[in-house]
Amino acid sequence: MKLKILSIILVLNFSFCFSSEKILDENSIYKNLRCLVCQGQSVADSNSDFALTLKSVVKDLINQGKTENEIYDFLAEKYGDWILYKPKLNPVTFLLWSFPYIVLAVGGLIITIVIRKRGKKA
Amino acid sequence: MQKTIKSIIILILVFILGIFFLALNKNSNYDTEHLIGNKLLNIKLDSFENNKIISNEDLKENQFTLINFWASWCAPCRDEHPYLMELSNENNLNIIGVNFKDKKTYALKFLKSYGNPYDILAKDLKGKQSVSFGVYGIPESILIDNKFVIKKKFIGPINKNDLNDIKDIIK
Repeated sequence: MKLKILSIILVLNFSFCFSSEKILDENSIYKNLRCLVCQGQSVADSNSDFALTLKSVVKDLINQGKTENEIYDFLAEKYGDWILYKPKLNPVTFLLWSFPYIVLAVGGLIITIVIRKRGKKA
Repeated sequence: MQKTIKSIIILILVFILGIFFLALNKNSNYDTEHLIGNKLLNIKLDSFENNKIISNEDLKENQFTLINFWASWCAPCRDEHPYLMELSNENNLNIIGVNFKDKKTYALKFLKSYGNPYDILAKDLKGKQSVSFGVYGIPESILIDNKFVIKKKFIGPINKNDLNDIKDIIK
């Protein structure tokens, strides 16, 4: 029994170790960056000079040990939030992020009211 | 109750249509208005002439600095060059020219032919350093004050109106 518990702890410990050493996927970062000189393309999709330079800069930042959010913050500071496809949560984008949840809550409320009303009629 | 539900649905539809209307009328082109007022900290540029690194220390003495990104292969850079030459006569403005992804011999030839308006010449051979300035194409120019605050950013070649704007700001 003790051995089993010990092995579980060891496995969990290793998984924690691996999660802390999470390798950044540069392609997922490129996909979230807008190519400013292209028509509706992400940096991942584009081979423009700007996109290639940005890919190279992102690689450098990853090698410097920057996190995904730090990379986005750096680029958003230089080019504005427009460069990010997935905008950050701030007072301006709060409605954008919360709107689906508001619609979900209102929709749920409407459904609940309708069901209750039908239940009363029956 | 049904009236309330209908009103809520209509309200949501009006809201969604309103968002669409606003989004469609919004200019989706990249602009640099939001960058005005930001500070350009940690400036690091390779000197064009030697191995020196140009940093904020080199710029703090100037009341205003115009950082101009240019290349000999860039045709619009030739259009803006006469305006840069005119600005080089302004006493409280220093101009830094960042030679972008260019060959030294061609860059020198360009400056010999059209004149050298730059107080300091820097180079960015791979274009990576320019990302720190939010540059995505050339020519681009950034006007900063002695506290490194961006006063204005110019995308594309500087024209007569931009020239007057710069003169007004540095007055």
